[in-house]
Amino acid sequence: MGIAPTLAVTQPAFWPLTLILFLPAIVAGILALPIIPRGKDDSVRWVGLATTVAVFILSLWMAVPAIFGTGSPGQFTVGEAGMQAVVKQPWIPAFNIEYLLGVDGISMPLVLLTTFLAVLAAAASWPIEKHVRPYWILFLLLETGMIGVFVSLDFFLFYVFWEVMLLPMYFLIGIWGGPRREYAAIKFFLYTLAGSVLMLLAILMLYFASDVRTLSDDQLLATHVVSPALEGADRAAALTAVHSHPKPIHTFNLLALAAIGQSPVSPFAATSFWGMTLESWAFLLLLIGFIIKVPVVPVHTWLPDAHVEAPTPISMILAGVLLKLGGYGILRICYPICPGAGLSFAWLVCGLGVVSMVYGAFAALAQKDFKRMVAYSSVSHMGYVMLGLGVWSAVAGHEYQWDAWAQGVNGAMFQMLAHGISSAGMFFMVGVLYDRVHHRNLEEFGGIFNRMPLYASLAVAIFFAGLGLPGLCGFIGEVLVTLSSWNYSRLLAVCSAFTVILTAAYILWAIQRVYLGAEYKGPHGDHLTPMTRRELAIAVPLVVLAIVFGVAPQLIFNYITPTVNRQVETLAEWTRSVHDGHPAAAGATAATDSGAVELQATIDTFTVGGGR
Amino acid sequence: MNPDRNLGTLLDGTLHDTLAVSLPHFRPELCLAATIVLLLLCRMLPLLRLVDSGFLALGGVLFSLFFAWDDVLSLRGGAWASAIGDLLAGRQELFGGLLAFDSLTAYIRLLLAGFLVLFILFTKVSGIPDSEDGADFYTLVLGSTLGMCLMASANHLLMVFMAVEMASVPSYALAGLLKGRKASSEAALKYAVYGAGAAGVMLYGLSLLAGVLGTCHMPTMARALASLDSMWMPGGTGLALAIGGLMVATGLAFKLSAVPFHFWCPDVFAGAAAEIGAFLSVASKAAAIALLLRVAFGMGTTGPGPDHAVEMAGLGETRHFIVGVIALLAALTCTLGNLAAYGQTNMKRLLAYSTIAHAGYLMMGVAAAVALAGRDADASRSAVAAVCFYLVTYVFMNLAAFAIVALLRNSLRSEEIASYAGLIRTNPGIVVATGIVLVSLIGLPPLAGFISKFLVFSSVMEAVSLDAERPLMLVLLVVGGINTVISLFYYLRVLKVMTFDPPPADRTADAFPLVSIPGALVTALVVPVVSLGIFWSGLYAFARLAGAFAS
Repeated sequence: MGIAPTLAVTQPAFWPLTLILFLPAIVAGILALPIIPRGKDDSVRWVGLATTVAVFILSLWMAVPAIFGTGSPGQFTVGEAGMQAVVKQPWIPAFNIEYLLGVDGISMPLVLLTTFLAVLAAAASWPIEKHVRPYWILFLLLETGMIGVFVSLDFFLFYVFWEVMLLPMYFLIGIWGGPRREYAAIKFFLYTLAGSVLMLLAILMLYFASDVRTLSDDQLLATHVVSPALEGADRAAALTAVHSHPKPIHTFNLLALAAIGQSPVSPFAATSFWGMTLESWAFLLLLIGFIIKVPVVPVHTWLPDAHVEAPTPISMILAGVLLKLGGYGILRICYPICPGAGLSFAWLVCGLGVVSMVYGAFAALAQKDFKRMVAYSSVSHMGYVMLGLGVWSAVAGHEYQWDAWAQGVNGAMFQMLAHGISSAGMFFMVGVLYDRVHHRNLEEFGGIFNRMPLYASLAVAIFFAGLGLPGLCGFIGEVLVTLSSWNYSRLLAVCSAFTVILTAAYILWAIQRVYLGAEYKGPHGDHLTPMTRRELAIAVPLVVLAIVFGVAPQLIFNYITPTVNRQVETLAEWTRSVHDGHPAAAGATAATDSGAVELQATIDTFTVGGGR
Repeated sequence: MNPDRNLGTLLDGTLHDTLAVSLPHFRPELCLAATIVLLLLCRMLPLLRLVDSGFLALGGVLFSLFFAWDDVLSLRGGAWASAIGDLLAGRQELFGGLLAFDSLTAYIRLLLAGFLVLFILFTKVSGIPDSEDGADFYTLVLGSTLGMCLMASANHLLMVFMAVEMASVPSYALAGLLKGRKASSEAALKYAVYGAGAAGVMLYGLSLLAGVLGTCHMPTMARALASLDSMWMPGGTGLALAIGGLMVATGLAFKLSAVPFHFWCPDVFAGAAAEIGAFLSVASKAAAIALLLRVAFGMGTTGPGPDHAVEMAGLGETRHFIVGVIALLAALTCTLGNLAAYGQTNMKRLLAYSTIAHAGYLMMGVAAAVALAGRDADASRSAVAAVCFYLVTYVFMNLAAFAIVALLRNSLRSEEIASYAGLIRTNPGIVVATGIVLVSLIGLPPLAGFISKFLVFSSVMEAVSLDAERPLMLVLLVVGGINTVISLFYYLRVLKVMTFDPPPADRTADAFPLVSIPGALVTALVVPVVSLGIFWSGLYAFARLAGAFAS
């Protein structure tokens, strides 16, 4: 409810989160004013880069207190499962819409990934000579949209940021893209808009079915429906105001919706249309919206076009961050709010994941265009994310092994972050080559290693990370997902393991065709100059991170595991109590089921020092 | 009883009703009427001819705006009372029941007067009409607006007819304002013929309804309808009522340019000056929606009274019929408008189809409001508020769109979309403004158009969740969703031409810069489109005030 006696600006996380979120948009607004005179393109670039760096440092300050000294309120506490740094300010009281932000172990690493890749993409934007000022304005607006999706805890706000990204992306592809840019841009826009309209219907459905009065006092505080910052009499009054309200109080609060969806008598479980429950409808509508973004076969066809036509930095952002929005949405919204539907549609999510995995790999194998191959590799790699998220709910027919779920979801989260690094790196490496020889035909490359040894070694390292070579970041997520899916369906597990071979095939074949070989015979051979310092400054951090996260995955698991495990545990308990009629109390012991011990050992190898 | 004394009481009563009750709530209309007379007088006296008719009209409209605002304040509780949503409708019947004054009247009149202020400023900037035509033009515009104010407050079917005609007839002349142009005359003729036809059908429908129910006073009609056993009773009464209702719907659909009575709209918009298009697409549409609300709620609900619950239950079938007709028209209008907009190459024609499509979205809100009326008064009020909110954002979006068309016509001498190619190179400010307007018309956040659509869709969804006309409302939701996606193409195509395409080689003049008087006008219209997308709480509370008439 709207009454917040403490002003939002006094909340410790207000300024850090708000600045991270809106600084890019504010600078974009300033750039739009004629302050920097025409023709001073370099000044615009520096302002843009400085903004992304400032936002990155701010998010680093929040996320990694170890560097800056802990203790400031508003910083993130690593290893804590719950929602932190919550900012709550009523926006539209008539609809209970709030400016509600917060981060937890799932969103914090993704925010960091976004701000980090934004810096690199900004640096990669230097060669863009056409319409420099509008480019940077749109780029910065895009950054605000992406961060906004990750930090919003209000469904309406989430949706606003989700849509805010569309228009900048449309223009970034449509104006600065390749020869078929217009087609690619409208296709991207259309697919995503279709998905988001479905999402809007689901949002409204859930909103009107929700009623926060059914939540207990503890839940109201935990979900920030009533601000836990309230003390004593104020808190009691706010709680009473909720419970004594004469009519249902609908909500857009994602945490509250999740609490309502997981309550034993969830209003979302009521039968709605054509014999399906309301949560099934909402789940499917939301899922379609999200898998378009992921993207998953068969709604992936916008992605190769968009990637191929987009300029290099935008491809980096697209692959590195935008695809993660879909996975994040499924993890944050679909499952917690519609657990029953998640359980009944597990086969769908897992099946879609495996289909895109295999299809993407085969399609990548068939490509002649270097960038298109990398684009299809994204489809394949994001399939692992879908599978990992899907096995979460997939244990219904078998024994309850909540840690197998947790393994899958942790793997999916890790895969998202790792893919953010490796795919952005791969697109950048393709871009470096394209800037020099102006073609991407795999058949016409060869011998790059002799001409640009430093570049080629970095590129091969990144491609190996994408391949999932042990010791590099791509390995961990894939192996966790594959292992966990074994419990759900051996067939799917075999398929996903088999895909690793296909991945190796297309990546090794590409490396062979591009980097190895005697000499480069394609066009513009004399332009194959060594990497510039700017390019090195982008490539080296990506390679270093790919290695660091491959060797020390606990750096990431420290963040994600506590939150993911808690969420999975809660849902496992919910499944037990609702679906099998076991009392909820029995849930606590279920983790000791046979076979789980072995899996627990596997996950523990990766989560040394993790939250559990 | 002495007949003389009887007559005296009657006269006294009428006098009291007129002077003490009706006229104080009729001041905005009186101001408009007085301004019309002044404008005509100035035409006749040689010295007064020097007075600029535009500014004279503006002065009159400002008075009208002031009184409209005063009327809003006079609603019980005061407009900015701590809980604006708790205000009552403050319903009063004026002129012996011909008109009704309540929160909706006050809101729509304020909207129309506010629109007129912006519109007159816009015409002064764009230069149509010239000083020769000025007096005619503003007389017609104010006369038409007078009719629209009556549409918003009509409480009697005869008044409905008179108001529609009062609003329409000056519009026919306005459509033909560009005297030398063939297209303009053709548009005017087409509009007039269609209008006359629709008026005839509507009048026939009114007579059927009046014949069956014995009155034209809408609240009385509603009571009579409520006491009928069933609409489909033997003896043809139900049939006569249904046909009468459909015929009245035809007249309203013509004003709304709802499919299949929309054919006049693209031709009139394309043939007449963009200024006329702005007037017809905004003011006329707002008044028509208000009238639709009036008729639908006037016939489908009854006011508070001892038998309120019984009457509302008795009217269930009537509401079902009304919702069915409106929802069907809404779905058709929205879909056809969006599909037909595809092939357009002329910006004004495109906006005409866009207007048709938006009428469809607005009607969805009305359908939801009527469907909810029997279920949950507060939800019905929210649905009316959604429609009223939509109308305000629509004023800014469409006025801005037409203003850009008119001002670009002045500098580029063309209204073809192709002639806007590559404007981003020379006039980035104008292209950004156009972009904001068009994206708001698509309904993407964080712009005002999104909030409007969100509110309408949420009302329809609320009807679904409260099981009010559920199948129909579900269809509306699906249709609305699909239409949002299809509308993306044609709005975006304009933006694409402006930004991606190279400028035509034969372009002689540049568009106007943003830092200029026309630019300032466009900016003033575009800023609310953005700010109402973010800070919409206040306006929504105000729109809920208008919705109070439904609860």
